[in-house]
Amino acid sequence: MSNIVTSEAGKKRPLLRTLEIDTRLLGMIGAFLAICLIFNLITDGRFLTPRNIFNLSIQTVSVAIMATGMVFVIVMRHIDLSVGAVLAMCSSVMGVLQVRYLPEHLGLGSAWIMPITILAGVITGALIGALNGWLIGYQKIPAFIVTLGGLLIWRNVGWYLTDGQTQGPLDQTFLLLGGVEGTVGSMVSWLLALAFSAAAIWTIWRARQAKIAHEFPVKPLWAEGALMATAVVAILGFVGILNSYAIPVGRLMREFQLRGETMPEGYVDYYGLPISVLILIVIAVVMTLVARRTRFGRYIFAAGGNPDAAELSGINTRLLTVKIFTLMGVLCALSAMVAQARLANHTNDIGTLDELRVIAAAVIGGTALAGGVGTIYGAVLGAVIMQSLQSGMAMVGVDAPFQNIVVGGVLVLAVWIDIQYRKRTGEKI
Amino acid sequence: MYKTLLAAVAVTAGLATSAFAEMTVGVSWSNFQEERWKTDEAAIKAALEAAGAKYVSTDAQSSSAKQLSDIESLMAQGVNALIVLAQDTAAIGPAVQAAADEGIPVIAYDRLIEDPRAFYLTFDNVEVGRLQAGAVLAAAPSGNYVMIKGSPTDPNSDFLRGGQQEVLQSAIDSGAIKIVGEAYTDGWLPANAQRNMEQILTANDNKVDAVVASNDGTAGGAIAALSAQGLVVPVSGQDGDHAALNRIAQGTQTVSVWKDSRELGKTAAEIAVQLAGGTDMKAVDGAVEWASPAGTKMVAKFLAPMPITKDNLGAVVDAGWITKDELCQGVSNGPAPCN
Repeated sequence: MSNIVTSEAGKKRPLLRTLEIDTRLLGMIGAFLAICLIFNLITDGRFLTPRNIFNLSIQTVSVAIMATGMVFVIVMRHIDLSVGAVLAMCSSVMGVLQVRYLPEHLGLGSAWIMPITILAGVITGALIGALNGWLIGYQKIPAFIVTLGGLLIWRNVGWYLTDGQTQGPLDQTFLLLGGVEGTVGSMVSWLLALAFSAAAIWTIWRARQAKIAHEFPVKPLWAEGALMATAVVAILGFVGILNSYAIPVGRLMREFQLRGETMPEGYVDYYGLPISVLILIVIAVVMTLVARRTRFGRYIFAAGGNPDAAELSGINTRLLTVKIFTLMGVLCALSAMVAQARLANHTNDIGTLDELRVIAAAVIGGTALAGGVGTIYGAVLGAVIMQSLQSGMAMVGVDAPFQNIVVGGVLVLAVWIDIQYRKRTGEKI
Repeated sequence: MYKTLLAAVAVTAGLATSAFAEMTVGVSWSNFQEERWKTDEAAIKAALEAAGAKYVSTDAQSSSAKQLSDIESLMAQGVNALIVLAQDTAAIGPAVQAAADEGIPVIAYDRLIEDPRAFYLTFDNVEVGRLQAGAVLAAAPSGNYVMIKGSPTDPNSDFLRGGQQEVLQSAIDSGAIKIVGEAYTDGWLPANAQRNMEQILTANDNKVDAVVASNDGTAGGAIAALSAQGLVVPVSGQDGDHAALNRIAQGTQTVSVWKDSRELGKTAAEIAVQLAGGTDMKAVDGAVEWASPAGTKMVAKFLAPMPITKDNLGAVVDAGWITKDELCQGVSNGPAPCN
């Protein structure tokens, strides 16, 4: 884990140490900024426009949601190759329900369609995940094999359910989860940004109080203040950028027409935070809390760090395996929800190759395949980096084969750098 | 020093303004791995260059989700028009919606997009069917007919079959011809066409006088089954496959309806520039109102395909589609230009 306690009291400590900042996180942010700046230079400043940042954040959500769960799976020394297929399966269940069955029984546009669909999708994901976990934990079939089988099975069960047909159009309320169609507007976004900032300040303050209570050494006050300021600036800055992306006039006119009004001359409105991005933020925060603050989370890292010791100290690692794969399944379902709402359809090819993107995001984000090490924010950042690379290259017009070559190269390079870093700091590789 | 800096700034500013005045057309390909789209791309590029517009493109690598991101990124680059080869006719909807919001015209390239705001440009597939049946009917005005259809999941298969029926109907009604076998070809695979043809031949004691096959691949399969029984009968096809053109030169295939993808690419580029310049969709030369099979009312332009028979084989060589050597391989004393 990243919060290694380095208390060499008395010595003069370097700045980064004083701030107790995860240098790996810093490195990733640095790499991300470098990527952004390079693309921004090549595209004449188009990469870092509010519009593209808005696009990027929406495009990242689906993979990032699953990557948070993949961290737990990999930390437990397992792998899940079936996430893309499970996503497709959940998506097909949700698609068929929304398009064929629910409108028939509840009437088109019923308010119940969305909750029932999501519930059904989540249950599907949970059941598939639990089955995977049971086969791996209790039947001792290697996760690689179980999920490799799942990769073939679930996508094709989904195919069978839909006859390979695209399912659409989806429920109108459901579409709000996808991104562009569902944003909370600038006013709510600012309020949320303030709330997030307050939460960040409070969390940092509480962590300090807790350390003092346990008589751990704490950072100087100015360091805490600098951290708080950075967090607040980052949050407000991000929301500020999203809030400065104006909704195109054509779209505003359409919305006014739908309500039977005419648009006032010179009317402007801004997108603000997309609901899908909010969902990702909530999931990332909850998963981080699970990892750091709950017994479940600590058991995962303990069992991943040393399975035998964990088993001997009384942790039921088999049940734990079932639990993490169930959680992974649920996250696949949530990811399916966002992905299909974004496409406004369930397509047969949804989530193809997502397993590789998700694993790559987790690994670029510093999750070690040897187990025991990994962070949720790292995985999310890994997903953002991957998506920036892909979108950036699409924007620059790099040929498709080179795009894949670069992404593959970055994956290997990121892990190599991580291993070198761990060698230096003496962490487990 | 200061002056040179100023000059540099002025030059860059000048370049920037000229770049802004230039029109950009974005093309979103669904899957560039297929070789055929390279021909289209070259044609689009050339036509855009001629019109003084810039070409930018993305490749969705067969993923409808990536195609949506791609189109967002093309729009973020400020394209004035989009040419889209859709991976999924329905899932492309949000992209068309976003383009419409920005007032960017969208051309559905060769593959239908079920949205009235898109301009549909393709070859007339019903006409392809008519030309296929027409050429076969001219070569075999009476007898037993076999229909080798395309893939059951491809809507084009039924467009083709519809066109074929239109031409054959009167001959069927008069009793001159009789359809003795009809089969879809899963995945347009020649091997499946061959198997179906073998079964039909067995069922009819080889009494088959003509085969209307929907493309050159299936025609190849059918011809393999026919030659195994020592039969040579009129066979139709489509696409101008090099192997099929060679068969026409050899006399084992009657017709291959050729859709010149360079023509398609060139037209798409020209329409894109027109629409970006503010021309109304309906005002485009050759545009017609058309209802899709799902009932979407669209504006479309259908290019006329060209039937290639032994009488006009020279056309494909002149167009640079195939070299004379390839066309005439193993042919002696064949039709022009292979004599």
